[in-house]
Amino acid sequence: MLSTALLIAFVLVALGLLATVIRLLLGPSRADRVVALDLITVQLVALSALLALSSDDTAFMDVGLVLALIGFLATVAFARYLESGPEPTGSGVRVRQVERDRDTATGPLGQRDGGLS
Amino acid sequence: MNAELFAAIAVVVGGAFTAIAGLGVLRFGDVFMRMHASTKAGTLGVGSIMIGTAIGASGEGAIARAVLIIAFILLTAPVAAHLVGRAAWRNGTPLADDGEVIDEWRDGRDGRAGSSRRDGHDGSA
Repeated sequence: MLSTALLIAFVLVALGLLATVIRLLLGPSRADRVVALDLITVQLVALSALLALSSDDTAFMDVGLVLALIGFLATVAFARYLESGPEPTGSGVRVRQVERDRDTATGPLGQRDGGLS
Repeated sequence: MNAELFAAIAVVVGGAFTAIAGLGVLRFGDVFMRMHASTKAGTLGVGSIMIGTAIGASGEGAIARAVLIIAFILLTAPVAAHLVGRAAWRNGTPLADDGEVIDEWRDGRDGRAGSSRRDGHDGSA
């Protein structure tokens, strides 16, 4: 029974991975690709856990643990890269108008100026 | 037997949520909706698969590793999503064009919060 469940789970995770890879290829913005890469890492962690269960080898769990650690670092680095500038011209992404002179520390309600008061 | 049944159910449910996360990332309209799918459904899917693995696996240390992975993903997924979302918004990444767009950060700046500012430094009219 567990082997049947594992087979179903493998197929489902593979389908999710396929959809995420399609989004990674399609884009269109850089943020979309970063989100897709992040989800791919998470799905690979799930896949390694399934492998650990099917092969009865806990070494695959270590792989998942390391993947989770590395994936977080990669996402943080990609987010820094995203924030470093607007979309490159010619990428086909229609960029919203954002006022770039805003202070980085202000939140949605402008807390720095006591926006809630 | 009972534990095996529970592990099987948890693994299938986790796989389903992981597939739903992928589907959401593929089909949703803009970055922020996609992040909603990837962060929440993805975390739940991995967590469920980890629970199933911890119960079903017989090797030593499987439970400890599963708990570690769950804790780590629960800690880092919101942080990563927040970072990417903030970067995407500040970058001007386009929002979905389906007529129901609410951009609270910008609206809050020009509207409610802007009107409550005392120093008059907000750029709105």
